[in-house]
Amino acid sequence: MITLGDYLIVSGILFVIGFAGVLLRRNIIIIFMALELMLNAANLSLVAFSRFRLGPDGLPNYNAQVLVFFIITVAAAEVAVGLAIIVALFRVRRTTHVEDINTLKF
Amino acid sequence: MSSLLFWTFAVVMIGFGGAVIINRNPIASALSLVVSFLGLSVLFVSLNAFFIGVIQVLVYAGAVMVLFLFIIMLLDLRAEKIRKINWLTFGGGVLVSLSLLVQILAVIGGTKMAKQPFPPLASPRTDDVRSVGLLLFENYNLPFQIIAVLVLVATIGVIVLSKRELR
Repeated sequence: MITLGDYLIVSGILFVIGFAGVLLRRNIIIIFMALELMLNAANLSLVAFSRFRLGPDGLPNYNAQVLVFFIITVAAAEVAVGLAIIVALFRVRRTTHVEDINTLKF
Repeated sequence: MSSLLFWTFAVVMIGFGGAVIINRNPIASALSLVVSFLGLSVLFVSLNAFFIGVIQVLVYAGAVMVLFLFIIMLLDLRAEKIRKINWLTFGGGVLVSLSLLVQILAVIGGTKMAKQPFPPLASPRTDDVRSVGLLLFENYNLPFQIIAVLVLVATIGVIVLSKRELR
């Protein structure tokens, strides 16, 4: 029998994979993909809780699904702006490697 | 949903999610990301969230992934050359990620709610598109319009950023 905990564990592992990607990788596009993984891990646990806490009519709690809808919209807008910034950065510095971009570094 | 199907798609999702951050070639990473998101949308469908599952496929496997592949090919990125790894920061990153994983698993293991199975639905038919739509346009109308403004601002921002000369 699949419990709520199984979904939460899967979601947690996916979040940690994304987190490790942000910390360990040095290619800015891969870092961006890892950010998307983290957002989607949060979505999975939201949907799992929406199915777990049924509303008074015995249907899933749709408030959580509306929140997931908003997260997907914001994430899509974020990807568009972020990739435009990466392209603008690449035009100036000819690199996507974060260690080569150190003008603001102390 | 049977537990066999759940674990199959969970393993597919996590395996390809790991492949995203392990691959050196950005195109292979982007394609692994698509497979990972398809597995995730199957998990959404298994939770009776059909609308969210379809949106996940349309937005991520459709729009976002084309954008990623387009940018990777536009910048003509090749597989990364192996650089000297700073083992101190690498070890620190692995340590922080592992401690986060242990912490998440400990919290889930210590929660009573996490050991309960999902309660049965009142009816197998859930009109989830209708319910989500009603909530979206009645209770969450103001956030919905704010999101619309946000998307407009993002569109203008992308156009301004992609102009050749920023003034």
